[in-house]
Amino acid sequence: MRIEELLNHTGEWLRGTGPSAHIVMSSRVRLARNLEAWTFPGRSGKKDLEAVLKAFGEAVGRINALKGSTLFDMTQIDQVDRQLLVERHLMSHEHASNPEGKGLLVTAEEVVSVMVNEEDHLRIQVMRSGLNLSEAWEIINAIDDALSRELTFAFNPACGFLTACPTNTGTAMRGSVMMHLPALVMTKQINKVLAAISKLSFASRGFYGEGTQASGNFYQISNQVSLGHSELDIIQNINGLIRQVIEQEEQARQALLLQNKPMLEDKVCRSWGLLKNARIISSQEAIELFSMVRLGLDLGLLKHVDNKALNELFIMIQPAHLQKIEGKKLNAFERDTKRAAVIRQKLGGGKDV
Amino acid sequence: MTCDICGKKKATVHLTEIVDDQMSEMHLCEECARQKSSQMEQQFGLADLLAGLTDPSKTTVSKESEKTSLKCSRCGLLYEDFRKFGRLGCSECYTSFKEHLTGLLRKIHGSNKYLGKTPAVLGQSQTQAVSEKTLALLPSDDLLDLKQQLKSAIAAEDFEKAAIIRDKIRGLEQSES
Repeated sequence: MRIEELLNHTGEWLRGTGPSAHIVMSSRVRLARNLEAWTFPGRSGKKDLEAVLKAFGEAVGRINALKGSTLFDMTQIDQVDRQLLVERHLMSHEHASNPEGKGLLVTAEEVVSVMVNEEDHLRIQVMRSGLNLSEAWEIINAIDDALSRELTFAFNPACGFLTACPTNTGTAMRGSVMMHLPALVMTKQINKVLAAISKLSFASRGFYGEGTQASGNFYQISNQVSLGHSELDIIQNINGLIRQVIEQEEQARQALLLQNKPMLEDKVCRSWGLLKNARIISSQEAIELFSMVRLGLDLGLLKHVDNKALNELFIMIQPAHLQKIEGKKLNAFERDTKRAAVIRQKLGGGKDV
Repeated sequence: MTCDICGKKKATVHLTEIVDDQMSEMHLCEECARQKSSQMEQQFGLADLLAGLTDPSKTTVSKESEKTSLKCSRCGLLYEDFRKFGRLGCSECYTSFKEHLTGLLRKIHGSNKYLGKTPAVLGQSQTQAVSEKTLALLPSDDLLDLKQQLKSAIAAEDFEKAAIIRDKIRGLEQSES
């Protein structure tokens, strides 16, 4: 797989269907693993990092389930390409910043990806569309089993899987769910919900992960603890919490419809009009408008909008994607112009005059 | 719009800060924003939080010096440096710093009891049965894998899954022969 091939489509997890897909955009499970034979990446030199990358590559070659996947060597691809992989949620910002000794494995359809030599030797992740953590867990569990037959992981029965940061020690598993909660935001209940979530030891973050502000009403909710519970327990706990948040959001949506339908309809249709006609647009504004259009679709206020196209735009309008589509470097203003053009084209809006 | 800090370059980063319910907005150029964000990271590092957790309210001087000299026997990481940066250096650190980590893990996770899975190589048998869906998603699981899964499906008396796996094995064996 070449990076350019990624541009023709987006990950399978963005298809916009699956359980509760009207509120839950995607589900992700990740496992952190370290190889017993080497010190953790933060305390390893270039030689050791390269040896880990090599050992992992050889193990992958022996695992049938990972045939057809591509292992990128971060030093072999340029900064825009690395940024593109971050934008597709295949790896972290940190992984893109210092490429030495780092790698990224991506399977076809982008269901599975493995960061090699980030904070831990391996960060395995599986993404699914809708609320589907159990399926993500099944897949990642099978891959983890296959890998652990090839590589000896740092593990002890008392602490579980050993990770560089003690916040991950144990199952080293993080399950997270991307939720679209516009009605809770509009009815000003979101802070109450987020406060309750953090009291229950869950974390909420913005669309682009750790350290980002929530934008366009998208929130990523994940577990914090990794000891004292089995993986399936943790997933069930997240599912239980997410179902409650879904219920709250649904109630808020119905309340908005009852009390304020004309206002809501106006907001939704204006957003749609802007997206189809804007000539210059920031990513922040675009995501806010996507949020409104998505809500309109879910409530039946808008029809004939391609939900999958809308989902794909979340990825396509980001800086590295725009620059790859254009085939050259773009400054902030050029990106805003290109972004508006990509949105118009994808949503079938007004043609350029 | 120009940058609020340097007043020269164009502001492209817009930062909203909420302190004590007071919201303030800042408009920064990329360069100043980068500086600002590294300042913020320094203020609230995970390491500080962890150090706070590892730091009992009162420690005697002798204990303090004991801690400073504590060192991982494999990678040489000083316990002091773990407190500063919040990251362990290797699997052996868990043994070398065991005394301090046990309490820290309990504080972080509310428990220090491990209840998760065991790596396949070290485990006796695989109890996790693999569903039809997983097989469909990962179509090229090798024969050995499948036979192992068949065993555990039968052990778990999940005969529906066992039948699916058996058919899959037959299919593979035929295609290979």
